[in-house]
Formats: sequence, structure tokens, C-alpha cells
Amino acid sequence: MRLLSARLSAKRRSPLAGLVVLLMGLLVTGGLYAVLSPATASTSEADQSTVAKGRALFLVGCASCHGKNGEGIVTKRGTQYGPPLAGVGAAAVDFQVGTGRMPMARPGVQAQRKKVVYSPEEISQLAAYVASLGPGPSIPSKSEYDPTGASNAAVVRGGQFFKTNCTACHNFAASGGALPGGKFAPSLKGVTNKHIYEAMLTGPQQMPVFSDGVVKPEEKRDIIAYLNKVESDPSYGGASLGALGPVSEGLTAWLVGIGACVGFAVWIASSSVRSKKGIKA
Amino acid sequence: MSDHSTGHDVATVDTVGDPIADPGLHEHQPRPTDVDERAERRAERQIAALFGISALFALLFVVSYFVFKVGHRPTIIGGYGASTVALGVTLGMALLLIGIAAIQWARKLMSDVEIVEMRHPARSSDEDREIALTSFKQGVDDSGIARRPLIRNSMLGALAMLGLPAIVVLRDLGPLPGNKLAHTVWTKGMRLVNDVAGTPIKPEDVEIGQLINAEPGVFFEEKDGKPIYEGTPLQQAKAKAAIIIVRMKPGDITPSKGRENWGVEGILSFSKICTHVGCPISLWEQQTHHLLCPCHQSTFDLADNGKVIFGPAARALPQLPIMVDSEGYLVAQSDFPEPVGPSYWERG
Repeated sequence: MRLLSARLSAKRRSPLAGLVVLLMGLLVTGGLYAVLSPATASTSEADQSTVAKGRALFLVGCASCHGKNGEGIVTKRGTQYGPPLAGVGAAAVDFQVGTGRMPMARPGVQAQRKKVVYSPEEISQLAAYVASLGPGPSIPSKSEYDPTGASNAAVVRGGQFFKTNCTACHNFAASGGALPGGKFAPSLKGVTNKHIYEAMLTGPQQMPVFSDGVVKPEEKRDIIAYLNKVESDPSYGGASLGALGPVSEGLTAWLVGIGACVGFAVWIASSSVRSKKGIKA
Repeated sequence: MSDHSTGHDVATVDTVGDPIADPGLHEHQPRPTDVDERAERRAERQIAALFGISALFALLFVVSYFVFKVGHRPTIIGGYGASTVALGVTLGMALLLIGIAAIQWARKLMSDVEIVEMRHPARSSDEDREIALTSFKQGVDDSGIARRPLIRNSMLGALAMLGLPAIVVLRDLGPLPGNKLAHTVWTKGMRLVNDVAGTPIKPEDVEIGQLINAEPGVFFEEKDGKPIYEGTPLQQAKAKAAIIIVRMKPGDITPSKGRENWGVEGILSFSKICTHVGCPISLWEQQTHHLLCPCHQSTFDLADNGKVIFGPAARALPQLPIMVDSEGYLVAQSDFPEPVGPSYWERG
């Protein structure tokens, strides 16, 4: 070892030494970059073809409302027929198309969750095209929205965030609620974690945006952890009647409860069967 | 029919001249259980069985009370908390079956002969009224209340004094709130922070269409290692000072005179307390800019100074004037310029 270092130090002042060190440094940096860098960084050509495929799909399925370049179409009354899409980001496309809300079956007050029309690959192509129109939130990675292994404290914290920010519209048990003019906040049961995260990030339709700057990504993940817990919890108190609160409970009390009481009253007061036989001796 | 005729002796109701003759009661017919001994026995067994099953359910109640676990790890059957459901069903059935058995008993076996009870006039006879008045007068004379003014007056005085303890005790409902209803903890330069986490907010973090449920920063600050606000005072201060922050396109906002500089690039802040009866409101529709109260459907237009556009609320939602401090965070310009929450007496 000592011999090696002695030899190296002897050659340190060689005119080629600087060049060798520089080359080695470049090699190491380049090699490390190739190993560690995200794969998407070097696939701009593939990106171009994805965007082109997305544009082809967009022209067929979306352009009639959102315009040929996603610029939106304004109705005669000045309202939006389809809103402009520049800057909504890939996350908005993944949410709207991935939950079947888009394409809409017909114009209406609210796009509803329905059967998904596009394949996951087509959705990512559409998302890539819309994302190319302007900078916007991108599709979150699994580590951002997957709450697997969340601690109890995280679930509790998520519950606090949920109760502060979400229950007003989505109900205390996340089973949704009514809004004015035929609109509604949908139930969050059966919605994938990714779509919940994207909805918070992009604010679809009437829902406000909860940007990462204010509700931090880890806080969003806590909210999702809480929602998963609520959904997997058994109903300790018996039938929850959809956990819709006074509406379904009141309806049950009035129809089933009072109905049964009326039934008993009718039974008590109705005349019973009479016999034609003579009176007992 | 015999009951009917005996009733006439005391009744003064005049039925003479009734255009439709009183048909009376239909002829009484016996039930199968009255004439058939086998039917009677069967009904008897039936009712006894109902009582028996009820007793069984009562026992099952006791069993399920001890068998099914409650608390941290409750017994779950079919997705339901076993204890609650079992206790409810068993106790409910036990009571219901007693009721059903009682009705069945009355219908099948108890006497079912029709009985008529006639209605009587409500006025007492003159004789009875005379007796009542005489005895009252006699009572007044016997007590001598008219002859002994000293006793009468001292009694009235004693009764009047009983009002005094009531007034003294009711004093504890006070003191009057003073001007507490007109002010909140907001002061000039206090930061607007995200509720729960307490993160201060920069305008560039707030996107168009964003809603933030926020609180005054002082709720998350400490002094000498202890929170400045905690416990009941915290809840009371929070109940008045809670706000929502929203961001709209600046072009959509129509500020009224004097409110032009109350926002920061389309970011506005309003009280979270409904002006109707004080429910916390945060159902904000980002496209219509309407804020809806879930309690009684009062709707406020946040793009138009919080004006009431629907529902029972009588006042626009108070707006908190905001600005940006030297570090770039959103802060209040002052306290709310008007009282937040429901109207009250002195405010009219």
C-alpha cells in the first residue's frame, strides 16, 4: 500500500495527471447520473410520440367541447361550454378521465363518476398532451399518495385536516352531500387514493383547490390514511343507513318507525273474527 | 241496548228531532274463542308462547351482554359491532313480544262485550255551584283575612321578598359581555395560518380556486414555553376569529367602495362564522364563488363582498382586510371592521 501511494505521489506532478483526474471525475459523474437519474429524463423522443398520440385522442374525444387546441369554448351566454385546459396539468386529466367523469355523456351541472372509457395507456397519453399545453400539477407518484404503514398519529392528524377542510361538503363519514342547484359533493367511498390526492391538488369542478403549498403533501397523505381507516372501519353502532345523518335516519324513523306504530294501532282497533256458531252453553 | 237506555236517565242531551234515527249498536256476535273450546286453548297456548319467547330474548340479552366484547377491540360480526346490535335486537324483541302477546290476549280472550258510556254536560248543576260558593265564602270568613290587615299585609310582604333570592341567584348568569362580541383576537400584522398545522401562508402558495381554512397565528404561538391561548379561552377566541381564505381571478371580484385594497391579488379573507346563527361555513364553490352554510342554506357571494344571495342570514359575511408583511406572508390589516357572527340585541 505504502509502495503504491509512493508511486502515485511520484507521478502526481506529471503533465498528464490533471487530464487523468478530470477524465476520471467525468466518468464517475456520468456513470452515477446514468444509474441514479429518473428514466423519464432521457425519453424526450418517446414523450413526443406520447403527446402526439394524446393529441390524436384529444381531437376525437375532447375537442368538441374543449376546442381543438384545448383553448375552451365559450357559449353565447358567456359561460364555458368546456373550460380551457392550458395549465390544468396531467393530474387533472388523470382524475377527470380516470374516474370516468370525462368525457361527459351530456352537458350538465356536474360531471358524474361513471364507467372509465379510456385505457390507462390512453389516459396517460391524453395527460401528456394536456400537460404540454401549459405547466400544471403532474400525476402524483405512489410514494406521495400511498399511506401504507401510516402511524396512528398520522391517521389522527389526517382526521383533523379532514374535519377542518373536507367535512363541510363531503360529510363527516365521507359519504358526500348536497350542494345548491343540483350539484353535489360525491361520496369518497371506493375512490382510489391517487384520485383523492389529485382531486385535492387540482380542485375539480366546484371543489376548491388545496395546493401543496398550504396542505403539504404529507398532510394530504394523512388525510388519505384517515379516509382509508374510516372506510375499513366496521359499523360499531349497527346499520349506518349510508352515514348520511338526519336525512336517512329521519326518513327511517318516520316511515319505518311511525309506520309500524300505525300498523299496530290499526291491528289493535280492527274487529276480530266472529263466529256464526251459537253462544257457548 | 240496555246500556243505551240506562244512559238516558242522567243525560240531558236532547236527541228528539234528530233527522236520522240512532241506529244503536249492532248485535253482539261471539268470537271463535268464545264458542269453541279448542280455539280458546289454542289462543291461550299462542299467547303463553309469545310471553315465553319474550323471556327467552331477555335471557339472550343478558348472555350477549357478557359474551360480546366492547371497548378497544370489540367483537365484530358481519361488519357490525356485535354487542350493540345484539343488545338492541334482543331487548327490542323482548319488549315487542310482550306487547304483541298483550294485544293478542285482549283480542282473543278478554271480554269483548260492547259498553256505551254517555256524554254528560260539562256545567255543574246550580245546586252544586251554590254549595261551592258558600263554602268558599265561609272559608274567607273563617280565616279572617279581611278582618286582620296586619296578617294579610305581612303575608304579602313575605311573598314579595321571595323574589329577592331569585334576582340575586340570576345575577350569576352575568356579567354582561360588554364589547367582547364586537372584537376578535385579530390585530394589525397578525399572520393568517392554516388551521390544524399552523403554517403561515404566502400568496404564491395560494392558487386560483383555492380554499384555506385558517386561524390567527396567535393560537399557535407560545410565551414562556406555554401556549398563549389554550383550553376554554382558546375555544372562545377561535369561535369568533376563524376565517376562510379564498383566491379568485382578480377580474371576477367587485369590491365595494373602500374595500379595494382589502385583498392581495385576488386573495380575500372572510369570517368563517355564519351571520345567521353562527355555524362554521366552508362549503365554497370555486366556480360560482358562492359560500353555502350547511345549517340553513344561507348563501354568500364572496366575489361580491360576501353579500347574502339566499337564505335566512340578514348580514353580509364580514371581511378581514389582509396584506403581505415584510417576509412575504399574509397578515391582517386590522381586526374585523364589524362584529362577526349572528346579530345581537345591541347591534339591532
